Amino acid sequence: MSETELKHTPLNAVHRQMGGRMVDFGGWDMPVQYPAGVIEEHMRCRTRAGLFDVSHMGEIWVDGPGAIDFVNRLTTNDVTKLVDGQAHYSALTNVGGGVVDDLLVYRFAEEKLLLVVNAGTTEKDWKWITLHHSDEDNCALTNASGEFCQIAIQGPEALGIVQQLTETDLSAIKYYHFTESWVDGVESIISRTGYTGEDGFEVYAAPKYAAQLWNKFLEIGSYGETEGILPCGLAARNTLRLESAMSLYGHELDDDITPLEANLGWITKLDKGDFIGRNALAALKEKGLSRKLAGFEMTEPGIARDGYDVYVGEVKVGVVTSGSPAPFLKKNIGLAFLPVDFAKTGQEIRIDVRGKHLAAKVVTTPFYKRPV
Amino acid sequence: MSNIPENLRYSKDHEWVGVDGDIATVGITDYAQHALGDVVYIDMPRVGDKLSAHEAFGSVESVKAVSEIFMPIAGEITEVNDGLNDTPEAVNNEPYTDGWMIKLKMDNPGEADAMLSAEEYDEYLVASA
Repeated sequence: MSETELKHTPLNAVHRQMGGRMVDFGGWDMPVQYPAGVIEEHMRCRTRAGLFDVSHMGEIWVDGPGAIDFVNRLTTNDVTKLVDGQAHYSALTNVGGGVVDDLLVYRFAEEKLLLVVNAGTTEKDWKWITLHHSDEDNCALTNASGEFCQIAIQGPEALGIVQQLTETDLSAIKYYHFTESWVDGVESIISRTGYTGEDGFEVYAAPKYAAQLWNKFLEIGSYGETEGILPCGLAARNTLRLESAMSLYGHELDDDITPLEANLGWITKLDKGDFIGRNALAALKEKGLSRKLAGFEMTEPGIARDGYDVYVGEVKVGVVTSGSPAPFLKKNIGLAFLPVDFAKTGQEIRIDVRGKHLAAKVVTTPFYKRPV
Repeated sequence: MSNIPENLRYSKDHEWVGVDGDIATVGITDYAQHALGDVVYIDMPRVGDKLSAHEAFGSVESVKAVSEIFMPIAGEITEVNDGLNDTPEAVNNEPYTDGWMIKLKMDNPGEADAMLSAEEYDEYLVASA
């Protein structure tokens, strides 16, 4: 895909102006890092605050009396449990129980839900959702992906920064809850969610206000000062989510991986009633898993990367789905699907690092948990 | 713009070579370290290893990626920069000084003369941009 065909978020010019190194990310022209570099960006988010442009994410409205039933039939988590102003993590599954995409479901009202899906899968999801939708579902679907910018502000200082720009008491918004309010005078959805393992918010607003909000967050966060907020690119977004052992679609999740295997049993509510993939997932649970996602850390020098083979003794037992240095933990970590017998804490494994079988061991996840 | 010292020789794989008699010091260029991003680990050869030109002598790993590093010149490894074990970021911060990687005894010191000059390397970067 040539650069002219890449999609731009409303902050594209801002990223370039700030020295962002732009890459093609699933058809989007996005900053992989800024001049501070991935390690500083990662560390600043853990210790102070990091700012992320996630406007490329897709948004789909589901409106009407049948909204809850419809989304409940397409996703694994129990939508009937949500109250107004609450969101949950969930998965769209196919008939085989594989994951079409992972997503957030927001309940604005009994008849108004918002689905927030991955950027690279927005078109696929839209096709999937509309394919399974008919007039009988008694709700309307709207692909509103172009009508939002989304800015994530994450880290221990995120709340204090956003609080200076809104009259809403942010400490009253619980984790995985949201409110409709004003941020710097801009009508916004303020959601206490994120993909870093830190406390923080994801702020949704009309695209024309993206640069205003972005610059205001930087200003209030003392960007440019030694301990000020830093904009974070996709590289830091990836290392932050990996330290927190959060799945990335296309790596830990795809059409042939079930949420049960990916440690997402907690969002797979087999007892809630029928949904696409339920029968396959129930059968798999009954039969028992053959493979399971496990976290590991290297115990000798070397870095596991996506796609590297995993061995126990001389036998190949799996493949690394995500592997990277972990800047905060200062370890080399990764995730891999392993036969359940080997997916146990302390299990010694070996990673084929370009021909060298280097020692690693299975550890409990998340690798990183923020101090409470 | 990349920093390209005049007194060094360069390969198209973005290694630099500093020559002192029949000993060559090798590292990666400012352009290469910038393209890699934050360097976190360098896999080095052992002293005494004999390697031919263009053979991989190790790898340099950044947070995002791994990249092999190639022998610009044939020779025997006489020294490796062990300091990089503790401070791999020296490759980013001082690629031409503290970030050096290996020293080797050249099989044929004349080979260095055939490498790119600073000016030629600069032109090569511009042409391949």
